[in-house]
Amino acid sequence: MKVAVRYFASVREALGQGETVEVEPGATVGDVRSALIARDAAHATALHRGRAVRSALDQVLCDEDAAVGEGAEVGFFPPVTGG
Amino acid sequence: MPSARVTVQQADFDLSAEVAALRADDPGVGAVASFIGTVRDRNDGVGVSAMELEHYPGMTERAIEAMIDEAMRRFEIRRARVIHRIGPLQPLDQIVLVVVTSAHRRAAFEACQFLMDYLKTQAPFWKKEQTPDGARWVDARSADDAALARWGIAGSNATPAETGPAG
Repeated sequence: MKVAVRYFASVREALGQGETVEVEPGATVGDVRSALIARDAAHATALHRGRAVRSALDQVLCDEDAAVGEGAEVGFFPPVTGG
Repeated sequence: MPSARVTVQQADFDLSAEVAALRADDPGVGAVASFIGTVRDRNDGVGVSAMELEHYPGMTERAIEAMIDEAMRRFEIRRARVIHRIGPLQPLDQIVLVVVTSAHRRAAFEACQFLMDYLKTQAPFWKKEQTPDGARWVDARSADDAALARWGIAGSNATPAETGPAG
């Protein structure tokens, strides 16, 4: 199934505004991240698990166990620094 | 009824106008608390000449709406208003406004602080600063996670907390 991915801040600078990724039904946000990491060196660096990358599923903060549905929107970004 | 509770905008805001609008038709209000965050000219010992604020459109508004809902549940407040600016900003500029009305002062003070603590770690905004050494993304602070934890909410924004499956 297809999932829309969006990037922000330093992750956006490295990988662009976003892209589409194909994952198996029942996939989690962590599976989406893994699929992206496998794409190329730029993805592997920007989304490396040693980095502080936060995620959102359908525009709500989530952890990597969150289950992704068809047509979902997943965001990856660094820790937030507003206010 | 007042206008929207949450606004994300490039334009500046006017505290007096926002306070007036929030309490205009509500004679039950006995207290108004507000907070304004502004751009400093130094951060972590380095001069800051300008900054750019980015956000996640849609998610930002949704996240702050949820924070206001939570503040309404926790504190006896009447209304709340949050404005956060995005785009290019300079030292002295206003960044964020929180205004809360209530019957008595304590709830307004507490809800105002709660909303800011929540916003700092859970609303998707990112600051990029211009310094003499070039542009840099601002680092999140674990002290902000600790501030939210005081309200009994476990935040893991700055704190490295990789909870996902190993990959």
